[in-house]
Amino acid sequence: MQKVIETLLIGLTTGSIYALMSLAIVLVWRSTRVVNFAQAGQAMLATYVGFEIASRSGVFWLAVLFAIVAGALVGAGVDYFFMRVLFKHANSGPAAVVAPVIATLGLLGLIRSFVGLTWGGEFKTIESPVSTDGYTVGSTTLPFSPLNTLIIVTVSIILIALAILFQRTNLGLALRASAYAPEIAKLAGIRTARTRTIGWAIAGGVGAVAGMLNTANNFLTPYSLDLLLVFGFIAAVVGGLESMVGAVVGALVLGIGLTIILNYVGTSLVFIGGFAVLILVLLIKPDGIMAKGKGRRA
Amino acid sequence: MSGLVVTRLNVSHGAIHALHDISFSVEPGQLAAVIGSNGAGKTTLLRTLSGLKDSSSGTAQWEGREMLGVKPEDLVRRGISHVSEGKSVIPELTVKENLVLGGIWRANKAETQESIEQVVELFPRLGERMSQSADTLSGGERQMLAIGRALVSRPKLLLLDEPSLGLAPLVIEQIFDTINTFRTKMGLTVVLVEQNAMSALEIADIGVIINLGRVVATGNASELINDPALRAAYLGY
Repeated sequence: MQKVIETLLIGLTTGSIYALMSLAIVLVWRSTRVVNFAQAGQAMLATYVGFEIASRSGVFWLAVLFAIVAGALVGAGVDYFFMRVLFKHANSGPAAVVAPVIATLGLLGLIRSFVGLTWGGEFKTIESPVSTDGYTVGSTTLPFSPLNTLIIVTVSIILIALAILFQRTNLGLALRASAYAPEIAKLAGIRTARTRTIGWAIAGGVGAVAGMLNTANNFLTPYSLDLLLVFGFIAAVVGGLESMVGAVVGALVLGIGLTIILNYVGTSLVFIGGFAVLILVLLIKPDGIMAKGKGRRA
Repeated sequence: MSGLVVTRLNVSHGAIHALHDISFSVEPGQLAAVIGSNGAGKTTLLRTLSGLKDSSSGTAQWEGREMLGVKPEDLVRRGISHVSEGKSVIPELTVKENLVLGGIWRANKAETQESIEQVVELFPRLGERMSQSADTLSGGERQMLAIGRALVSRPKLLLLDEPSLGLAPLVIEQIFDTINTFRTKMGLTVVLVEQNAMSALEIADIGVIINLGRVVATGNASELINDPALRAAYLGY
């Protein structure tokens, strides 16, 4: 029984970091119809900024704050300097569909090279603000640590803040309207291009937090967030790519599912497990687990 | 003169010349019905006026200022609202959110709230369904919501694209009655694009008849209705 609870809690921690990455991917997809592979690179760059601040100040949360700002700026910059130009020049035919996705892959490589040149390829660590040693109950030490608790709490706060932003503010309404129906949004007076850039900035900031939390639990290299992108993407697809709630649910399901495989089946099967989930969902419910029936059309 | 003045407007879809030298004018407070069959260029005309589509030449002025080349989001701020074809509501949002959207460009939230209350007075059915998703509305209710959203922005010029499309005759009558009521009450200038020639001309002050991208007749709506040649050729009754 204890192992089951541990597995669930660890899965929840892993899943909540996936949830942030998955949300970042969904936010960009909804607003721009681009699967942003550079999200991992953006998050990594922001995390390196966080690493610099953390190693100078020793204050984890200050580092997170800087990482969020850096992530948001990079996200907004990618939309403003790359996507807007791309959409202007490749706006019809197959190029319009393929070009932005290829561009995000190129950008991922570019950011990785830049980070490699600036910081080198060696392992960096960001010290966790709380203990990474598991809680001790009686004489046994659990794998679940104060850091895990902190990760779950932090992600919950971010999710609540995002829910309020999207459901209760005019900016959130503008973001949703521009994503669902850009033309109607424009006719309602929303500056959709600017709104989209804000969406990219929010995604960038959220991705940065994922990078920081992942690194506090682990280490940082130009490649250390790649797996996070893969699992974040799988979670987004499991959740239906369109739905922010779906992205979170998909990530938690994936996190717990993979931890079950890790604890009960074997380490070597975790990666395959992730893809098995992706393929199963695509075959059985390609619209994602949160997909609803279509509403009234008349 | 003020009001809406369109002069020698030309619009192309790539190689296809969709609108040829369109000219007409609408005095402030008038309702102009733009009539024509499918493919005549009515929707293109409205999309060009509201900034969704580029023109190739000509001018269109509202209150003496050029509209062409201005983005839709800026035209809204100048009091020009466009209700595009096909019950243009966002089904993923609630009725209330669709209405709030109409005033989202304003800094003053209280003004939007006040406009929403006025719209609900006009369309009480929407008031009963405020927290429902727009997806659950009937066709007629969706059209009311689309018009309602535009009215929340308190436009001076309203561009309406085929509000009768796909609606039952009884509902169409209701919609046209309502349009006539609020435009008089609010002193709105309206350009109403319609295939439903008779209903549109009945509430219109002037009519503009378009065929294959050209204006074939303009004039007093009541005179157009009674012109036997036009009736036979373009109005289809």
